[in-house]
Amino acid sequence: MAQRTNSLAEKLDREALLKMYRQLVLIRRFEERCAQQYSLQKIAGFCHLYNGQEAVAVGVEAAMRPDDYLVTAYRDHGQVLARGTPPGPVMAELFGKATGVAKGKGGSMHLYDIPRNMYGGWGIVGAQIPLALGMAYASKYKGEDRVTVCLFGEAAVNQGAFHEALNMAALWKVPAVFICENNRYGMGTPITVSSAVTDVYKRASAYDIPGVWCDGMDTLHTYEVVYEAVERARRGEGPTLIEARTYRFRGHSMSDPGTYRTREEVEEERKKDPIPKLRAFILSKKRAKEEELDQIHEEVEKEVEEAIRFADESPWPEPSELYTDVYVDPIWPEKVHA
Amino acid sequence: MRELTFREALNEALDEELARDPNVFLMGEEVGAYDGAYKVSRGLLKKYGPKRVIDSPISELGFVGLGVGAAMMGLRPVIEVMTWNFALLALDQIANTAAKMRYMSGGALSCPITIRGPNGAAHSLAAQHSQWFEPQYAYYPGLKVIVPGTPADAKGLLKSAIRDPDPCIFMESELLYPTKGLVPEGEYLVPIGKADIKREGKDCTVVAWGRALGIALEGAEMLAKEGIDCEVVDLRTIRPLDEETLVQSVRKTGACVILEEGWPYFNAGAQISDIVQRACFDILDSPVIRVTGADVPMPYSKALEKLARASAESVVAGVKVALNVRS
Repeated sequence: MAQRTNSLAEKLDREALLKMYRQLVLIRRFEERCAQQYSLQKIAGFCHLYNGQEAVAVGVEAAMRPDDYLVTAYRDHGQVLARGTPPGPVMAELFGKATGVAKGKGGSMHLYDIPRNMYGGWGIVGAQIPLALGMAYASKYKGEDRVTVCLFGEAAVNQGAFHEALNMAALWKVPAVFICENNRYGMGTPITVSSAVTDVYKRASAYDIPGVWCDGMDTLHTYEVVYEAVERARRGEGPTLIEARTYRFRGHSMSDPGTYRTREEVEEERKKDPIPKLRAFILSKKRAKEEELDQIHEEVEKEVEEAIRFADESPWPEPSELYTDVYVDPIWPEKVHA
Repeated sequence: MRELTFREALNEALDEELARDPNVFLMGEEVGAYDGAYKVSRGLLKKYGPKRVIDSPISELGFVGLGVGAAMMGLRPVIEVMTWNFALLALDQIANTAAKMRYMSGGALSCPITIRGPNGAAHSLAAQHSQWFEPQYAYYPGLKVIVPGTPADAKGLLKSAIRDPDPCIFMESELLYPTKGLVPEGEYLVPIGKADIKREGKDCTVVAWGRALGIALEGAEMLAKEGIDCEVVDLRTIRPLDEETLVQSVRKTGACVILEEGWPYFNAGAQISDIVQRACFDILDSPVIRVTGADVPMPYSKALEKLARASAESVVAGVKVALNVRS
């Protein structure tokens, strides 16, 4: 079933709406500049951009408490920025610098901000789903009222990890919300080619938990649907599976020209861009003026420019960092590596 | 000290750690109501209740991942795999998540999980249930791999593993479960990464761990009757590996035989041999000798199975080769 918009979004105050708008713009602009920095070879390796899907990260963040836990896959720039991590250390991580969120050891796919309850950033499709189960299990075990929100792509629901984790999550009623960001393509393979059931939310029925979808191109609709699920989990009523129907405007990663999609399809989806959508809502409700929103764009432009400068000017990790953080208690004497 | 079986020693370690730290919980297939597939967790559900001792579905990837996630949040999960053969299904969560989370997060995360269960062959269980996995896990930086060979070490090392801040792979043996030995009562910790000389000798070092320790000691007794005096080094931990004790022993005896029950290719013995030959090249009078199982999937038939397995006799033969002694 599709959960319909209720009045939750109407109740959002000016401050909350402007925060969401700023987050959308920040993620978009950050990703555009990432693409540019990638072509300049400042960013290396795999780099999966979030353009088009911003409404999901921002809607989810609005629905969560700051002390709730978030975990996602490797397309994670948007989520870490939505959690409030400053763009400078995020860009520095992508540059592989010592000032990065993981000291340059993780890179694009492994972004963490534990004080802000962002738990990564995981590179194996679907592997973060059992991890989220464990995070939520730990909350229940400790008697916390904190909810774990787990994001994954639609390709991950064909992994055994998804089914094993959802079964246990439902069985033990852990406080988790599983959100599938259905952008319709697992790398270059359309969901119609990979999945017998293309309505991802229907898979919830196998575990007798609520399955709902939301418009993942609409920040406020995403917020409303996720909020209901998060609060349900917080009340101890168990997990929900949400299918956020979204679209990535760019390729799977920076090395993907996206030839498996037609230009018309991408153009059609670009018309659903979440940024103008939220802008129109804010203006129609008279929560802010055009100039105020324009100013956000200008501020974000500077903020991202500053992040690039910070990353550029930051030092590389010291050679001595190579062997740190393997263990809490280092096990090998230095001589072994000589 | 009193005599306990290997199984009872493990049970005592679990019992004591569950009592000591409320963040410790035990999860796995059949660990609760069934008292454990091999009865290692006997009585623990009754004593600690279903919050602390949890029966899981048969979903190795899922419940090992649960443990990894819970450990990441500061709990101390002990995850029982019914056997390490089945943990192949969970390898992604162990090798890709548990082993790497600390490094990838620049030290922000840690994973104090213990994953334990029986490793290696019992009898007549055929190929899919008769495998040794310690070298596979020892390959991954970020993991610690513990393979005790006596009841006392089983207790002391399991308690250390549960308290360790890093992910510990703890490998038991179905054949060791009923074996007996003296085990200290109460608080008893064996440090991870410390080998132990289980038999002193002057002629040849025999390196072993886990159930192979008993085979090595048996071989050493047989050799003693022929006047050959072996020193048996029990590594106890494969990663980190106590190179100091190992090398000191070989430098004392001048010869080295490595006994491992698994397959020869790329097993832990290959790494140990590399360490020994580099550190002891100047004093070795013969190559380091490796005694292993046969390089075949384990056959079912008793007649073939015994041919596939390392034995005390093969240790005797190996030591004689190392010492250039004619049989």
